[in-house]
Amino acid sequence: MSIWRRGLGVDVLATIAILLIAVICFYTMPSNLSLLTRIIAMMLLVLSIDLVTGYAGVATLGHAALFGAGAYGAGIAAARFGVTDPVAMLAIGVVCGAVAGGLSSLVILRGRHLGQLVLSIAVIMLAREAANKFAVWTGGSDGLSGIAPSPLFGLWRFDLWGKTSFWLAVVLLIVTFLILRQIVRSPFGMLCRAIRQDETRVRSMGGPVYLTLVKMYVISGAVAGLGGALSAVSTKVVGLDSLAFETSAEAVVMLVLGGTANLFGAMIGTAVFMWFEHEVSSINPFHWLMIVGVLLVTVVLFAPRGLTGAISSLWARFARGGSQ
Amino acid sequence: MQTILSIGADAFAYGMVLFVISIGLSVTMGLMKVVNLAHGAFAMIGGYVASYVTQQMGLHFAVGTLAAVVFCVILAFPMERLLYRRIYGAPDLVQVLMTIGITFIVIGIANWLMGPTLKTITLPQSLQGPVDIGFRSIAAHKVFAAVVGLLTALGLWYLVERTAFGIKLRASVDDVAMAGSLGIRTSWVYSVSFAIAIGLAALGGVVGAQLLPIEPYYALHYMVTFLVVVSVGGAGSIPGALAACLILGAVKTTGAYLWPEYGNFFFYLAVIAIVSVFPNGLMGRER
Repeated sequence: MSIWRRGLGVDVLATIAILLIAVICFYTMPSNLSLLTRIIAMMLLVLSIDLVTGYAGVATLGHAALFGAGAYGAGIAAARFGVTDPVAMLAIGVVCGAVAGGLSSLVILRGRHLGQLVLSIAVIMLAREAANKFAVWTGGSDGLSGIAPSPLFGLWRFDLWGKTSFWLAVVLLIVTFLILRQIVRSPFGMLCRAIRQDETRVRSMGGPVYLTLVKMYVISGAVAGLGGALSAVSTKVVGLDSLAFETSAEAVVMLVLGGTANLFGAMIGTAVFMWFEHEVSSINPFHWLMIVGVLLVTVVLFAPRGLTGAISSLWARFARGGSQ
Repeated sequence: MQTILSIGADAFAYGMVLFVISIGLSVTMGLMKVVNLAHGAFAMIGGYVASYVTQQMGLHFAVGTLAAVVFCVILAFPMERLLYRRIYGAPDLVQVLMTIGITFIVIGIANWLMGPTLKTITLPQSLQGPVDIGFRSIAAHKVFAAVVGLLTALGLWYLVERTAFGIKLRASVDDVAMAGSLGIRTSWVYSVSFAIAIGLAALGGVVGAQLLPIEPYYALHYMVTFLVVVSVGGAGSIPGALAACLILGAVKTTGAYLWPEYGNFFFYLAVIAIVSVFPNGLMGRER
């Protein structure tokens, strides 16, 4: 019983649900697999933002810098150093993301409130400029091409339809999700939540605030880097847009849409947002921008806890009504 | 020496344009504690109104400027009442998301109504030519922008520090409940100061249109710049905003003159350096 109480039941159910959705998507829309893979890569970025913003309470609008670090790390390793093994590329992406997370946390954690937001924006702007100027390594504004990952485990080629990438992405998402579930429920995760709720109190109880936040940033960077590396492996190209302020802001929007401090919220928000974007932006990009705007204002005004928050409060009302 | 003076003159003009637009944002953020990323959107609306009045209707620049400010001020009241009032005191991230949302909506509407092209504002004869300022000649509209900036700084300082309204505003900022119980209509004070801030944004958008051209993505392009200026200066501080605009204007212009390739590098490195050393901005108050 105790093992279920610790939430393992939810983990198992969620894993089954993700697998089920993946199988259904795989058979019902085989021509959209690359979009689905992109959504999963983005989910990893949004999950990583959830770690620092939702759980630890650090506001950031520059998290795509870590995603981009992973993407460029994996891409440069493949295109310039001939590391074409996909697993090795992913590992390099994770390391690059973690290092970038650690470094950027040293800058971002210097600020408070507004200063923090501005520092995070400055970080992403600097990273983008750097990638743009060091074109010898990064391909500059043309993007980094020439990434040709070898077959996964020497068995599955990265085919034109993106079947291998898709299943690789699904497996990575499930593994990351299960690890993150453990982390956010661990004493370390609890400490992060405590820091978000009352930093002064944690400090007066002797909790290591700064070090904990840096650690969370490194973990978050690793997850974002994995997402970046996954996008590099699956799309075989890395563009400057992976380091854009707009990408960071959009990812935060997805997180808030789904609900912060909730791993399910991060995944649901990303899926809903990107699917919607895919459908609407093909009609008119400006309409898309307007719809995002209306969506944001509506969420803030009427569903401040996001989709998952709205669903759970509806559920609570329904359950209460049923028991009476 | 000639180069230094040239850079100095351009940096000053650029800094003053930044100042006129950002000081309104500094008021909303410092006094009303709202991170209003839609500020640039209001500057853009002002620019569009002025452009429409001077180009399509053929009226004088002064009329266009006045129309822009009045239009935005009128727009500000319902916006404050319906949208902004709900996010007073909310966490930073919530305010950021809501105001980014408003920005997106404005961009969409601007593109729909006015089209994606650059819009120009017809300047009167007196502001078109160059003006000789001793060591070199400089475009008259830059001098005009600098003068407007200085006048705005003075006027705002007078309003906040020397008038009855300023006293009420500062009282409401320091302690809303206490100010309210002393008979100050705080919600009215907030509405009016928000409208003033938006009016300043519109003024800045019109005056700065030659340096920051008006187009639908204006609101997004310069959003970061305005936010940076305010946080470097310290939200709510007029001299702080002035200092930040002059410093950042100098960094940006110097970078653009001497190392055009790496101009943005210096800008953001300067931002990181300043905010790291002064987490509340150059002259901001502890929060």
